[in-house]
Amino acid sequence: MRVKVKFFASLREVLKTSEELIDLPHDIKTVGQLRQYLTNRGVPWAEALAEGRAVRSAINHHMVELDALLLDGAEVAFFPPVTGG
Amino acid sequence: MPVHIQTEDFDLSTEIKKLRSGDARVGAVAAFVGTVREQNDGAKVSAMTLEHYPGMTEKSLEEIIQKAKARWDIFDVLIIHRVGPLHIEDQIVLVAVTSAHRGEAFAACEYVIDYLKTLAPFWKKEDTADGSRWVDARLSDDEALKKWN
Repeated sequence: MRVKVKFFASLREVLKTSEELIDLPHDIKTVGQLRQYLTNRGVPWAEALAEGRAVRSAINHHMVELDALLLDGAEVAFFPPVTGG
Repeated sequence: MPVHIQTEDFDLSTEIKKLRSGDARVGAVAAFVGTVREQNDGAKVSAMTLEHYPGMTEKSLEEIIQKAKARWDIFDVLIIHRVGPLHIEDQIVLVAVTSAHRGEAFAACEYVIDYLKTLAPFWKKEDTADGSRWVDARLSDDEALKKWN
């Protein structure tokens, strides 16, 4: 399964990337597992996406919880809690 | 399209005129304007930059409008949100709601801005004397949603 992953705001700055295509191992099925998978990259990923950090996620432009299932070709996004208005 | 994401400023009276023109059912218009203040979290702010998630932003705001329309007897909702660099006293956001009577218009307007603040993917980065920093989300914004449940 291949997904496009986007990062915004402070996460985009810390990770020094705004977007990438990732081919996922077969055992990565949820957005939470993807987040865990990315933390395995070490610094700065491990800290920025660590469990307990306030990170929100979206699949195809809809805010989702960590147990949401990934779909092939989906656009997944990780970002900090929003601060507009 | 009732949702506009733009770098340009907006004029409240022009927008309200457009929103209610041709609709003689309207007896009430409620509007909220959010602006850049100079003080935040104990620091003096000189300017800020607003980032958003194109595509998701529009979708989330349209969903909030649909929810407000399902909940109250209102006619139209307009949301304008600016992005990019902004300065002290600049306008950031406009939410305007038309209805027959004030009660529905006031309530729906507050509902829309409360949901926008916790669900729409915008992020503020402030410039202060100590450098620039991302604004932290406020717990009080999450609390504000509770009154609608």
